[in-house]
Amino acid sequence: MTASALLQFLLTGITVGSAYALVALGFTLIYNATGIINFAQGEFVVLGGLLFFTFAEVLHWPLAVALAAAVIIVALIAVIVERLAIRPLMDHPVLSRIIITIGLSVILRGSAKLIWGVDAHSVRPFSGDASLMIGGAALQVQYLWVMGLTALAVIAVRLFFDKTITGKAMQACAINAEAARLVGISVPRMVQASFALSAGISALAGAVIAPVTFASYDAGIVLGVKGFCGAIIGGLGNGLGAVLGGVLVGVLENLGVGLAPTGFAGLQDAFAFLILLLVLFLRPQGLLSRQRTEGV
Amino acid sequence: MPHRRRELLGFIVAGAVIVALPLATRNPYLLNVAVFIGLHSMIAIGLGLLLGFAGQISLGHAAFYGLGAYATGILTVHYHINPWLALVIGAAVTAVVAFLVGRPTLRLHGHYLAMATLGFGIIVRILFNEGGEFTGGPSGLPGIPHLALGPLVLRSDLHMYSLIWPLVLVQVVLSRHLLRSRLGRALRAIHDSEIAARSCAIDTGRHKLMIFVLSAIYASVAGSLFAHSISFVNPNPFSFMVSVELVVMVIVGGAATLWGPVIGAAVLTIVHQIIVQLGGLYEPIKDLDVVIFGLILVLMLLYQPQGLARLRLPRLGRLTGEGDDG
Repeated sequence: MTASALLQFLLTGITVGSAYALVALGFTLIYNATGIINFAQGEFVVLGGLLFFTFAEVLHWPLAVALAAAVIIVALIAVIVERLAIRPLMDHPVLSRIIITIGLSVILRGSAKLIWGVDAHSVRPFSGDASLMIGGAALQVQYLWVMGLTALAVIAVRLFFDKTITGKAMQACAINAEAARLVGISVPRMVQASFALSAGISALAGAVIAPVTFASYDAGIVLGVKGFCGAIIGGLGNGLGAVLGGVLVGVLENLGVGLAPTGFAGLQDAFAFLILLLVLFLRPQGLLSRQRTEGV
Repeated sequence: MPHRRRELLGFIVAGAVIVALPLATRNPYLLNVAVFIGLHSMIAIGLGLLLGFAGQISLGHAAFYGLGAYATGILTVHYHINPWLALVIGAAVTAVVAFLVGRPTLRLHGHYLAMATLGFGIIVRILFNEGGEFTGGPSGLPGIPHLALGPLVLRSDLHMYSLIWPLVLVQVVLSRHLLRSRLGRALRAIHDSEIAARSCAIDTGRHKLMIFVLSAIYASVAGSLFAHSISFVNPNPFSFMVSVELVVMVIVGGAATLWGPVIGAAVLTIVHQIIVQLGGLYEPIKDLDVVIFGLILVLMLLYQPQGLARLRLPRLGRLTGEGDDG
């Protein structure tokens, strides 16, 4: 492989990896707040992309409005879902709440199929489809949008947790829900906020990546697993680790496809899952976190 | 009624229903549905053990079902191996694969198995699709021979019914004995408190792994029977959605009950058939099936998390709780 081809795979990898990073961060937020692995995470991404398609391409709303509307609506859906299906099972075993997210993911996917149909919808890039040439590799301007908005979102989440009282309260719940309750923090409200935030940034991922990958109702499983893979690589529960893990998954996947012999292109998704299985088998505590002894 | 007599009554009723159905009707459609309920029950019983007694979910059991189907398909079509032998080899291969998937993830505390099996299931389906002539690719592998018992070729649905349902009964008896055994007590201890179980020197990871492998073998055998029954396999019946449907069956019927998975398999298979029939009358109804299964799962967890087996016959086939003196 030539250097420019390598660079091309790397750039594409970082771009799709940015989307995976936001999904991974979404997983982490809900996991920290509730201990749930949210199997509907990928559906939030898909809904973000499809809603953005409707607002931007069908209704021709301005870019920023369409983006904000998609993010807010998906966050609202997550709040409703949490209220109706997750909170009533608060006292049930974590397993029941994980299984219910599987049911929710199926409902959301089925509904998306009913509303948007089975076709993949193409979305125009945010600011024209020009490309910059860097070292023989083409860098689409949309790639810059994806990376830039991802970085912005990650910084915003970081500041939210460090600087605002709500963010600190959410962190307190993640560290010890019982202790947080004792100092007067409403744990159910923080869980709800985690769902909203998690779904919102996943929807953002879906909207910014839509011009690169199309928006399609059935992409949620694959996006979800790749995001989860990033979260695991980062050490489940570690926000910054999840972001780096997500980018790493995108890069590895694209390099893997680039290095694989021709005729194996159909195996791209299999490759991503292989990374997941390898990480689970070899280093389930994550690549980016120190080995922890598991307490009882 | 004492617990043991209730349990016996459960087996007698089930046995009677199994014998009575083909006597009451020879309607080929109904028998075909009954065959599929049987196949789904075989898989759901294993998943029920995993979920109800090891506290773990698998989102890849359709892949084990597929491994069994493709193993017998490939062995009989390409290598002309005896179908019964192929079924056993398929189950053995599936067991090894399940061991390899389960071993690293079940050692961990938490629910990594669910994601690992989800990823595994999707990889397996991609391999079925991309396997070229070996697997028949997306169009599938035709010409799989029927099973035969001596001169009798098991060709019709009635034959398969008569083979599958006694197997389901054997599985339920096996589950009952398994849960009365040392392994069963260990699993119940794990389910109640993994930490307490560990402190009693129960190797929790090993026990969960044994149940996971057993459930994969059940699915593989069901897959082989499926392939020999319709003499053709393609990747469609082994998708992620099928794995989800299998989990829904277990939840609907009741995971921690003897007959729950069978009841769940019956209810879900019939609901599926109703949707298919209605879809024939009015096309858009077909697209609703996924949403309906999701809704069933969510509503069951919210309002009847113990499953239907506990709803209608609250004390029948009950495995835990008082009266459980084994």
